[in-house]
Amino acid sequence: MGDYILLAVGAILVNNILLIQYLGNCPFLGTSKSMDNATGMAMAVVFVLALAGIVTWIFEAVFLKPLGLEYMRTIVFIVVIAALVQFVEIFMKKSMPALYAGLGIFLPLITTNCAVMGVCLINIKEEYNFLEMLVSSIAYPAGFGLALILFAGLRERIIIGRVPGPLQDVSIALVTAGFMSLSFLGFKGMI
Amino acid sequence: MIEALLLMMGLGAVAGTLLGIASKIFYVWEDPRIALVVDCLAGANCGGCGYTGCGACAAAMVSGEAPVSACIVAGADGAAKVAAVLGLEAGAAEALTSQNTCTGGFRAPEKFSYMGVNDCRAAYLLYAGAKDCDVGCLGFGSCVKACVFDALKIGPDGYPVVDEEKCVGCGACEKACPKGIMQVRKPSDRLLHMNLVTDRLAPCRQTCPAEVNIPKYINHIKRGEYDKAWLTVMERNPLPLSTGRVCPHPCEDACRRALADDPVSINQLKRFCSDWVMNKGTSLKIPVAPDTGYKVAIVGGGPSGLSAAFYLRRLGHKVKIFEWLPKLGGMIYYGIPEYRLPKEILYEDINRIFGLGGIEVKTGVKFGVDFDLESLVGGGFDAVLMTIGAMNHASARIPDEDKVKGVLPATVYLRRQGLGDPCPIGKRVGVIGGGNVAMDCLRSSVRLGAEKVYCLYRRTIKEMPANVVEIEACEHEGIEFITLCTPTKFTTDEEGILTGIEYLKNELGEPDASGRRKPVPIEGSETVIPLDNFILAIGQTTDSAFADEEGTAVSRLETKWGAIVNDSDTHQTAIPYVFTSGDCAGPPGLLVAAVGAGRRAARGIHKYLMGEDMAFPPARLRVDSRRMKGHIPGTIFDSIEGIQRKGRIAQPELEPGSYERQHTYAEVDLTVTEEDALKEANRCMRCCLTCYNKDTS
Repeated sequence: MGDYILLAVGAILVNNILLIQYLGNCPFLGTSKSMDNATGMAMAVVFVLALAGIVTWIFEAVFLKPLGLEYMRTIVFIVVIAALVQFVEIFMKKSMPALYAGLGIFLPLITTNCAVMGVCLINIKEEYNFLEMLVSSIAYPAGFGLALILFAGLRERIIIGRVPGPLQDVSIALVTAGFMSLSFLGFKGMI
Repeated sequence: MIEALLLMMGLGAVAGTLLGIASKIFYVWEDPRIALVVDCLAGANCGGCGYTGCGACAAAMVSGEAPVSACIVAGADGAAKVAAVLGLEAGAAEALTSQNTCTGGFRAPEKFSYMGVNDCRAAYLLYAGAKDCDVGCLGFGSCVKACVFDALKIGPDGYPVVDEEKCVGCGACEKACPKGIMQVRKPSDRLLHMNLVTDRLAPCRQTCPAEVNIPKYINHIKRGEYDKAWLTVMERNPLPLSTGRVCPHPCEDACRRALADDPVSINQLKRFCSDWVMNKGTSLKIPVAPDTGYKVAIVGGGPSGLSAAFYLRRLGHKVKIFEWLPKLGGMIYYGIPEYRLPKEILYEDINRIFGLGGIEVKTGVKFGVDFDLESLVGGGFDAVLMTIGAMNHASARIPDEDKVKGVLPATVYLRRQGLGDPCPIGKRVGVIGGGNVAMDCLRSSVRLGAEKVYCLYRRTIKEMPANVVEIEACEHEGIEFITLCTPTKFTTDEEGILTGIEYLKNELGEPDASGRRKPVPIEGSETVIPLDNFILAIGQTTDSAFADEEGTAVSRLETKWGAIVNDSDTHQTAIPYVFTSGDCAGPPGLLVAAVGAGRRAARGIHKYLMGEDMAFPPARLRVDSRRMKGHIPGTIFDSIEGIQRKGRIAQPELEPGSYERQHTYAEVDLTVTEEDALKEANRCMRCCLTCYNKDTS
């Protein structure tokens, strides 16, 4: 049990996918201008990653490993995740219109999200068992959401601040992200 | 190598097949036009339109929520393509535009000196901003920064000004404003809006029963934009020429300027700008919403019916008016004499209403005789508005009042004049009553050739409900007032023809429920005056006898003292598709109140037809313009500062005692000159809730 908690804390804070591993920076900058979008994106990433983690893990165990095709992992995962996200979008539109209205526009963005890909690859690389994989596939996107929502809160305040012309918008956002990353480094010694 | 290729091919085939099957199983029907519209858009998913991505924007365009020009990136070409796909003229859908509702700016006092970040949202975080007014503009221009179309700028007075040419109605300013001052609305939304306590309303605008945006149109006059002033009035009052002549202007009683010198002569300014538009003969385009496909029948072509017809048409409904008498206008055609409101002028107003197109009229048909609710429903009307007015007279409780020859009800007396067939009258005429109808009877009797005209009233002139200007005009025309009297009986000759009336003198007792002192007759004070004719002008009632018949659809209507009972907000009656407004829905009142009620009824009918919530929001502002109560707290002042005293302009009128004034029906009150109108418009302080322009030039 303790291992799983450690794994979750490690995934959320110590090895935060955004601020420590620097994966998924496009949506981090793109959807953090307003809190509404950030929350929607965070939820969508948790939802998709949980699914993608399970599917890729099974794919690895059933096809790639027995067939000795581990070297094909990256390209296979791209296809699998892309098809999965498309499928989920089609399914949600029909069966869960309310959820689709909330998350729908973020799903296509996740198709090309490196954080999703990264976590799936980490799951394999760290040789997690099924449960560990599940914890990691939920904790990493939770960390992603945490960083994204914190960042959106900062950006909402920065928009109304007096920012020098050359630094406005994305520039100041990147500087801010840098500081956030530095502060997250403080979690390093925790585990 | 082979395995890898096979794996990828297999994976591709499986994924493709699965997705293909899924897209069939989980197929969601979507308007095929949405996909076509998406192709016309920029495809950048930039969000500049205010929707989340091009798909959402296309869906909004197809459903009619967004104008075809919503996509900024695609520009005018894109809009034309979308319009072609949707089969619309570009701009046919109702365009959203932004409007600033605060006119405070620099003049608004501040609670403290704010030195923080120059942004409204930042300033708002500190005690909701420095402005004294809770709902006032903070002036840092967050809306200006939010606008990507360069359609907004902070004007010279410190509040944002919208460039309507550039505004596309994206809604960015509305979202950026922490105080809700920028409002992006369709024209129909503006027509449906009723005054709320949270709005930014000057006292005059709160008081006007038709809710006309008075400071705005006066400001247009000030700038010489008389056509825009007229259009502003038409947003709330489609009979500006008529109200400009006969309205007793309760708004002026609330005018804040009265605390310094005299109230602004608001009604004369309304009359001036509407006369200017009439004399120019320009046809100004009034926006009409796309057709909804609903048809509304309006029973009665009086002011309330005409007002409702105008607004229903502008909301996109087809309207047909059924009128009993040969001419439209109801009480203002048949009740108000020519010298106060020339029929030609009234018809100018009515023709403007019909200029919208889509309003039909049928005259000479009476409800309950020629047609009824069943035939209207059968005729395909989706809702019915009853504006049958109050055409019956109330009794004066004098014995034999309906038998004695020479005693006439005011309604009949005035209507016969309107029909061009005035009742023949003798040399001595008495009128009982102290309201505007009584004044109309008195003054038209002078014009019909009566030599001696008396006004009998049970209280004193001070308590008369008629307009002061009307009472003065009566005095100018030589009418004698016999106040504090109660007529008790008629004297007649042997043929039953009136020869005179006997009355008791009154004294005033304790105040009654209306706050006026109750007249008490003095015993033994009988006096007789000789009269040839006596006119009863003490009130009117609605002829709603048709509701008493059993077994008809209309018998489901409830009536109270003749008036048809309705919900005073939605104007809906006991029959869901029947609405009523104007004099027949309650105690007969002012023309401007009937016009306002017509718009409220149009709102009720529109909400009913569209299946929307009909009730007013809880923040509805309810002002009693007669008792001057119910204004937004803190907006009625005891004194004002910084105003140079300047009297109001006089009312130009025909020379008292002149031949035209005494013996013809020529219009007595005249329109002010442009010079005077500008002078008067400049007296307006353009008030809002609490702030106002000091020291007007």
